[in-house]
Amino acid sequence: MTPPPLRSDPRKRKLVLRTALAGVWSTSFSLLCLFILTGCSRSNDGRVRIVYWEKWSGAEAAAMQQTVDQFNRSQDRIVVEFLSTSGVDRKTLVATAGGDPPDVAGLWVFNLYSFADRDALTPLDDFIRAEGTTPERWLERYYDVYARMCEYRGKIWALPSTPATTALHWNKQLFREAGLDPERPPRTVAELDEFAEKLTKRDPKTGAIARIGFLPQEPGWFSWAFPQWFGGRHWDGRDITIGTDPANLEAYRWVGSYTKKYGLEQVRTFTAGFGGFATPENAFMSGKVAMVLQGVWMDNFIQQFAPGLDYGVAPWPAARPGQENFTVADCDMLAIPRGSKHPKEAWEFIKFISSMNPTAQSEEELRGMELICYLQKKHSPLREWSPYFEQHHPHRYIPLFRELAASPNAISIPKIGIWQEYRRELDSVFENARLLLKPCEEALAFCQQRIGESWARHRRSLERRNVAASVSERNDQPLAHACGYDESRIP
Amino acid sequence: MTPGEKRNLRNGLLFCAPWFVGLGVFTAYPVLASLFYSFCDYSILQSPVWSGIENYQRMASDVVFWKSLRNTLIFTVMALPTGMVVALVLALLLNTGVRGMPAFRTIFYLPSIVPLVASTMLWLWVFNGKFGLLNWFLQPIFALFHASPPAWLGDPNWAKPALALMSVWGVGNTMVIYLAGLQSVPKELYEAAEIDGAGAWRRFWHVTLPMISPVIYFNLIMGIIGTLQVFTQVFVMGGPEGNPARSTLFYALYLFTTAFYDLRMGYASAMAWVLFVIIVVLTLVATKLTEKRIHYAA
Repeated sequence: MTPPPLRSDPRKRKLVLRTALAGVWSTSFSLLCLFILTGCSRSNDGRVRIVYWEKWSGAEAAAMQQTVDQFNRSQDRIVVEFLSTSGVDRKTLVATAGGDPPDVAGLWVFNLYSFADRDALTPLDDFIRAEGTTPERWLERYYDVYARMCEYRGKIWALPSTPATTALHWNKQLFREAGLDPERPPRTVAELDEFAEKLTKRDPKTGAIARIGFLPQEPGWFSWAFPQWFGGRHWDGRDITIGTDPANLEAYRWVGSYTKKYGLEQVRTFTAGFGGFATPENAFMSGKVAMVLQGVWMDNFIQQFAPGLDYGVAPWPAARPGQENFTVADCDMLAIPRGSKHPKEAWEFIKFISSMNPTAQSEEELRGMELICYLQKKHSPLREWSPYFEQHHPHRYIPLFRELAASPNAISIPKIGIWQEYRRELDSVFENARLLLKPCEEALAFCQQRIGESWARHRRSLERRNVAASVSERNDQPLAHACGYDESRIP
Repeated sequence: MTPGEKRNLRNGLLFCAPWFVGLGVFTAYPVLASLFYSFCDYSILQSPVWSGIENYQRMASDVVFWKSLRNTLIFTVMALPTGMVVALVLALLLNTGVRGMPAFRTIFYLPSIVPLVASTMLWLWVFNGKFGLLNWFLQPIFALFHASPPAWLGDPNWAKPALALMSVWGVGNTMVIYLAGLQSVPKELYEAAEIDGAGAWRRFWHVTLPMISPVIYFNLIMGIIGTLQVFTQVFVMGGPEGNPARSTLFYALYLFTTAFYDLRMGYASAMAWVLFVIIVVLTLVATKLTEKRIHYAA
């Protein structure tokens, strides 16, 4: 028996009609939403609206919002819409692949080289030339270490927003308690070890560690740089050298020496009591660790979580004779993803962020780069500072961070398209070294083999797409140089 | 077909069309595309280039891949049986008809509705080697033997057991399914068994277990699929490196970092297909092994 057709029952017919109507409504509503979300790239007043995704949240995002507002007020052609976006690199990646990226993306340095290798960014060279200057001259305005980060394979892929350098932070109160001169930080690694020993306190009854002078894994964020600190290298421009350069081995042995000295179990129990970084239980801020390697941002957190902390700031202790003002530099970058709808307007915004008012005499007169760096309490990556920025900077140790930014011994991550993978592998070596799981030689040999293979695979992949071939042809240089490696820069 | 039937068919298909399109565009296409990408050098950002079985070949010699697979299987062996037994025991207890039972059921189910990231953050503190709740209990016991309790997530040897322990916290779903199974066991079977002189244990072994065997089988399969793909907890606890010392580098985590950090989507796609095959094989093995013991009588 076949069921009677729907038409025969007016109630059912009504139901069908109603469902269909609901369908039409919801479809048009979705289309409307879609239109609102993506359709209009021009704002009501006819200005071009560009979208800027940035990794920051909280106070840092508020600082950038203020700078964005300044840009929006400064001209009547472009409106920047600032969006605080978590996991900004992954989202930019997916959006770029999907053909609908933001016009400006706030990326990390390590994103630049892998994104550039995959042709996911718009080079800025032509925009710079259109300003009537050369890329080289444009970059000269920045401290070397930041300028170097922007350039890769002979092109400029991004420009700095806010920079960082790192330094040794020491707790002066704990120095006093240990009978050390609170104004005299360790200057060499040997002194660092010696001071660390003096600053370490144990419970007289149980022997458990109550305080430690220094620990390579606290916070451990820059452990990838330890090989370079000890005079080694990650690669020589052509081949991976992590397992072949003896200085690298020395660096990781030094890491392990702390565990050997203080005891694996003892250190494990002690470090388990450390709170998260941005909490009052932070190991350094709560006085559990007397010396840490931290960045220019640390003062912000100290003011927030341990306002009374009496601390000093100095360059990393020298691991090699004559190694002065060693520092690991990092930088937040502004790039234009490939497929941006308004690259010219995006460039206008990046150009504004790269600018400053050289005669600023008050906070209101700070402009672009200096405004954002002032609000985030960081130094400016530009060589030229305005009088107000220099004299009224809210970070009391800013002159040191500026000096470090200018240092010839300032290093940053190797410019290699597989850095994220390399970095994870180095973390694994570091873990092996600090937990004494494997001899350092073995861990480094494993890393060498694995990253060596991965590097070969990456180059093969580039060659498949003729990236490497075309670049080396144009530059008339071997691949090593085409990859942006400059041997003279490595300390 | 009468004109009315034809019209109905047309209308029916029309109403289904959005779902067919959805299934095709958002499920079938990505699945098939990933199979194609697994044979390609593909970074998401550029168009894929055919590279044959290179990705699969590389997997065979990728030590970290094998490590991640081993970690995942070890975790499965630890977490799956524990979770299933605990869930069954809880379900049996919650099926006894004590006063205030709905309240107890709610309480035991509650952890399952806590977002995984939030509960993982909580467990990070439970496992804290120094101030953790767990070691606060264990400290006096270990002190009797002049030893100290493990540092859990700080120790490569204890990180996986810690994760397995934590997974027990989320057995609520499995428990509810058991509970539904238990309630569908006919009362007369218990009565008959009791009249025949069966004690509590025999009633459980000869009545309850066979009657809920399809439910156990279901939970086993879902458990295999779930534990082999575990990601959120390990990502929050051990980070993308699978710290400490790659002891929590699980399959899904390695797949994720390969795809979205290293931009090797081709390799990651190949890994996903291998995982798919592993899950299919394990499911078939589980089905074969339990075939004779499952009774669909109820």
